Amino acid sequence: MSQAVTFTDMARSRRKLAHALAWAGGLALLSWAWNGADMRPLDLFRDFGNMAQYSRDFFPPSFRDWRLYLEEMLVTFHIAVWGTALAIVSSVPCGLMSSENIVSPWIYQPMRRLMDACRAINEMVFAMLFIVAVGLGPFAGVLALWVHTTGTLAKLFAEAVEAIDPRPVEGVRSTGASAFEEIVYGVIPQVLPLWISYSLYRFEANVRSASVVGMVGAGGIGVVLYEVIRGFHYAETSAVLLIIIAFVSLIDLASAGIRRLTI
Amino acid sequence: MPPAISVTGLSKTFNGKWALNDINLNIAQGEFVALIGASGSGKSTLLRHISGFLAADQDCPSLITVLGRPVQRQGRIDREVRAVRAGIGFVFQQFNLAGRLPLITNVLTGLLHRVPWWRSLPGWFTQREMAEGFSALARVGIADCAWQRTSTLSGGQQQRAAIARSLVQRVKIILADEPIASLDPESARNVMEIISGINREQGVTVLVSLHQVEVALRYCLRTVALHHGRVVYDGLSRDLSPSLLRGLYGAAADEILDSNAAFVSAPVKPGLVPKVAEALG
Repeated sequence: MSQAVTFTDMARSRRKLAHALAWAGGLALLSWAWNGADMRPLDLFRDFGNMAQYSRDFFPPSFRDWRLYLEEMLVTFHIAVWGTALAIVSSVPCGLMSSENIVSPWIYQPMRRLMDACRAINEMVFAMLFIVAVGLGPFAGVLALWVHTTGTLAKLFAEAVEAIDPRPVEGVRSTGASAFEEIVYGVIPQVLPLWISYSLYRFEANVRSASVVGMVGAGGIGVVLYEVIRGFHYAETSAVLLIIIAFVSLIDLASAGIRRLTI
Repeated sequence: MPPAISVTGLSKTFNGKWALNDINLNIAQGEFVALIGASGSGKSTLLRHISGFLAADQDCPSLITVLGRPVQRQGRIDREVRAVRAGIGFVFQQFNLAGRLPLITNVLTGLLHRVPWWRSLPGWFTQREMAEGFSALARVGIADCAWQRTSTLSGGQQQRAAIARSLVQRVKIILADEPIASLDPESARNVMEIISGINREQGVTVLVSLHQVEVALRYCLRTVALHHGRVVYDGLSRDLSPSLLRGLYGAAADEILDSNAAFVSAPVKPGLVPKVAEALG
């Protein structure tokens, strides 16, 4: 009896120690990063007046050039459409080749590392690289979104494939079908709703990203945004930001609606 | 005429435990053979070796052939196994159909092995191929469900669709792995009647694993009994008395003798083995 009591006491004190260590570790990390991140919370209060002044400059928004903004917003939308479409097409083979229940480690390990690389590097960086290759403009933005989105979508596609029920695939295999036929008739029907949902979600994200890749010169509303910020035209900046917010919300609503239909 | 199924010296271990231990089995073309045994006795494992889903242990000289063509030799699956599988219809306990596809598409997967890839991958089937799918569904009595999403159908309907897939596949052999274990008694009887009809009318060889010995008695002339991965009985079903089964299986015999009301109460057809059914009932 007394032995059992000492045992639970030991377990409890061990858990307390683990909690204390976890907290200590977390706090140590935060304080170590404090200087590197140049944290100056008091400045928020000291410079409050400046910020109030700065925010006042944004109002009222100036929609004088709204035609241009809308046109460029549409270009941004087109960049997102093509960047996502190309990414979906290349994510199907890349995703299947990253799935451990479809291919051997000799294929999925290198493919996963390649996808990691595509995902790790931001769209902005890819955009700057592609601008050197294909020149300023929307096409560089499309290429940047394509590469980065393939990295993300292929991983999501592969996760869906790895979670399938193997039995329908075996059912197709039992008829003497080839490996590709097993995928088309056994795997794809199971993952398609998820794949569509992921693709639409990435499309939403890409409309947001496409408005940013423009800032490095890859076309669309981002170019306009960069110019008005650089020119201290805050009323115009505010108008552009409002248009981006309205457009992105609209796309989010629409794609959420479509996603609900597909599941 | 080569045997429909020939298994020699087949052994399989999973993590050092015997799943199959030196199985030797010959099934002639046109036979309807039951494979019985308690759960874990190796029935599924044996069937999955015959269609080449599993490879035997490599250190024993095993050989499995189907209609004279090798499926696997010494634990190595034959390169041409897909062509052999095309002649085998596999009926699974859980049907193994793609739930989101319409029933007819699942049935048409049976002809993938003889459709060129440029038509099979985009799913372009000819009028004649579609007609073959529909007539197979009509044969098993569910033609009106052809365009329904498979997951919306009952277990019995899905299992009949799986049999329709084998018909479209124009198989010579049906391997059925506990085809009625997940079905209600009425659907179970229906499925067994369809399989036995295909055996009688088309001469398709059938090896069916069953949980209950009454079903074996009713439909199969010959029964192979497995226990702990060994063949403990291979002979006429009618010679399988409860006392013999108790001798073979000990306490586990109750699991396979557990009576199934639908099969016991249904009228016995001529040509079957009524005496044994009575003895067991």
